Amino acid sequence: MLTRTKLLFLIGGIAICALVPPVASAAGDDFYTTLFARIMIFAIAAVSLDLILGFGGMISFGHAAYVGLGAYAVGIFSFYGINDGFLQFFVAIVGSALVALVIGAICLRTRGIYFIMITLALTQMLYFLGISLEEYGGDDGLNTDRSEFFAWFDLYEEINLYYLILGFLVACVFIMHRVINSRFGMVVRGCHANEDRMQAIGFPTFRYKLAAFVISGTMCGIAGALLANLTEFVTPEFMHWFRSGEIMIMVLVGGMGTLFGPAFGAAIYLLFEEWVPDLMEATISGTGENWHFIFGPLLVILVLFAKQGLWGLIPDRSRRDG
Amino acid sequence: MADPILRVEGLNKSFGGVVATHNLDFEVEPGEIHAVIGPNGAGKTTFVAQLSGMLKPDSGRIFFDGNDVTELSAPARSHAGLARSFQITSVFRNFTALQNVALSIQAHSGHSFRMWKPAATDAELNDPARDILEQVGLGARSDILAANLAHGEQRQLEIAMALATRPRMLLLDEPTAGMGPEDTQRITRFLADLKGTYSMLLIEHDMDTVFALADRITVLVYGRAIATGTPEAIRANDEVRAAYLGEEEAEIA
Repeated sequence: MLTRTKLLFLIGGIAICALVPPVASAAGDDFYTTLFARIMIFAIAAVSLDLILGFGGMISFGHAAYVGLGAYAVGIFSFYGINDGFLQFFVAIVGSALVALVIGAICLRTRGIYFIMITLALTQMLYFLGISLEEYGGDDGLNTDRSEFFAWFDLYEEINLYYLILGFLVACVFIMHRVINSRFGMVVRGCHANEDRMQAIGFPTFRYKLAAFVISGTMCGIAGALLANLTEFVTPEFMHWFRSGEIMIMVLVGGMGTLFGPAFGAAIYLLFEEWVPDLMEATISGTGENWHFIFGPLLVILVLFAKQGLWGLIPDRSRRDG
Repeated sequence: MADPILRVEGLNKSFGGVVATHNLDFEVEPGEIHAVIGPNGAGKTTFVAQLSGMLKPDSGRIFFDGNDVTELSAPARSHAGLARSFQITSVFRNFTALQNVALSIQAHSGHSFRMWKPAATDAELNDPARDILEQVGLGARSDILAANLAHGEQRQLEIAMALATRPRMLLLDEPTAGMGPEDTQRITRFLADLKGTYSMLLIEHDMDTVFALADRITVLVYGRAIATGTPEAIRANDEVRAAYLGEEEAEIA
């Protein structure tokens, strides 16, 4: 269960997200609204990756693929002039769930390093599929319109899109919180700790791991559909393994297996990416693009000394949460 | 005599050139404690792994309660009533003692695709789990993380998890492994209390425990059963003394 300090961080985090648009527009700088919308989208992806990575111990190196699938679901419909948001999101959800089902069913027959490599290989195939789709822009990507839900809810109003994303984030985190603490969640966590033992006490583990994999992939698909709306552009680049690595880094920074941590990890990673290059540029010009030089060592230190990431560093008397 | 609850016929398993199980025939009567002893590397744990479904035998059949279970998966055998405890303690270290046992209960209370209700406050799981912790003497320790339990307590929890699957037969792989004399005696007394309620296959290095509990003993050497019989017969068996007991007793003396 959550300690009081962590609950404060959580509520504070949501409150900050909720306050960004009015503060940003008062300051006359909508840039931060877009940045935080992006942060929240990747927070959804990171939290859903944490279900299988942190809780299930399945190191999927391909979660950006589901983000890409969700994005293309919006993009391809939009290409044909179909902007019905319900249809787009339905297809994004079902499509990413089905792909996660197939990829999961193949990958989960392996363990350890083989699992990592197969998730990487299969999702890179999707990346190259995206590149080869000349019809939909191939390498160059595809401009898309924003989804249409209700006449009174125009996503071209940045504020509507922003709060839609916030709503999805809060819903995803809440659902994940319930799932992780449910009977199902206990099975997923047990498989991480000792799968042989889970089988010995009577759990057919494969189906539960696969279900977790599908849930996680589906939520990433939703994040992708939101991302396409935010950027009004989809590209195979969304699916590149480098993006998968970024989502994984967000989970690591925030804290694997902490559920809420990865959401903060997404914020920290993307803010770091935004601010530190400028700072470096201001200090020594021409160094800005090498921000990984600073980020890398910090990540190593964090992983070595804070097993539960930054979320784990928040003072806490009880040992477990999630 | 009633039909055996567990019957093994012509079981074979080798790893490359190493024969771990060689043409093994084996039986456990209902309510019986059948101990398997043998020097290190005799293939005892490999034998249990095949019985519990974690390893596939190269050939041979395993019958449990009259049914051929050779092709059944490990979880399916657990549901058939065959429970295994592990030689190397494999409790879930990040879960409390109660959660460990509740997980075993959960495995036998329908499917686990229930994703909404918190498991931690589920009386349907916790009540029976508390009873079992009480039964093994861990009642007061139920909220301690398994990782923070003493080694002896972890071994007790290991057995509690097996009992929580409501088995008909226990496969106990060295339940006293790594325990001091006091803990060993406590586990021995505890298993003696369970005798009759469950059929048991007991793998054990502690000869006092074996001779105190076993109705029959099978001696395994290089995957072969070189002798099966009552404790008295095994004690008197020259071949066994030469292969195993003799050296062990000489060591103790």
